Amino acid sequence: MNVKNEMKISFKSISENEGFARTVVCAFAAMLDPNMEEISDIRTAVSEAVTNCIVHAYRNEEGIIEISAKILSNNEIYIKIKDKGCGIQDVKQAMEPLFTTAPCEERAGLGFAVMESFMDSLKVSSKPGKGTTVIMRKKIGGQNE
Amino acid sequence: MPIKISSEENKIIAFLSGEIDHHVASSLRREIDIAVRECNPDLLVLDFSQVTFMDSSGIGLVMGRYKLMNELNGKISVQNPPPHIKKVMKLSGIEKLASINNA
Repeated sequence: MNVKNEMKISFKSISENEGFARTVVCAFAAMLDPNMEEISDIRTAVSEAVTNCIVHAYRNEEGIIEISAKILSNNEIYIKIKDKGCGIQDVKQAMEPLFTTAPCEERAGLGFAVMESFMDSLKVSSKPGKGTTVIMRKKIGGQNE
Repeated sequence: MPIKISSEENKIIAFLSGEIDHHVASSLRREIDIAVRECNPDLLVLDFSQVTFMDSSGIGLVMGRYKLMNELNGKISVQNPPPHIKKVMKLSGIEKLASINNA
């Protein structure tokens, strides 16, 4: 991984920070000169991941969410979103479209489906009781090459 | 989160604007539901033309309003979503529940 630039932020798991987090990551990604569609794909994927941390990982408590992002030499953005919340028992099941543990709150169960389809790759690792890490990557300008 | 609701005979149009995420979804839900329960319309239109961002929280919002309108024997439609919002809607398959129109 040849890293041209990198950044790290951490913030409290309150819903006000959903907008803050996606804006910061998009400002960082802007260095790759993405088009409108690429930037809104990243914005949406980050929003989904951070919302998962707030709604699920830190469901009954407040915690810290950490985002680190890297710009790689092949024009790729690498985004890691990490929490130390409750973790996911069954990652495979959680990633199934429309699966949700919070239907009463009108969660559509599409978070991972959006991340998967809007980014080039998605990796989720989780340990119950320890937390979850989501890694997403997207090549910018790939469609035009 | 600004929202304007206009009601005509048997029809409510909710004009959403700005960014729709988990943070604002519950207050939008509350305002729309109050208007719907007051007017008991046949049709609820959600207008997205001024929405600048939406994640899957917006899909939850549409799905929830679909359920409510279904209970009241009414219908729901989605109006004027910008391209990147339409992309999220398409992925969700929400057009099976609500017609998506460009006015």
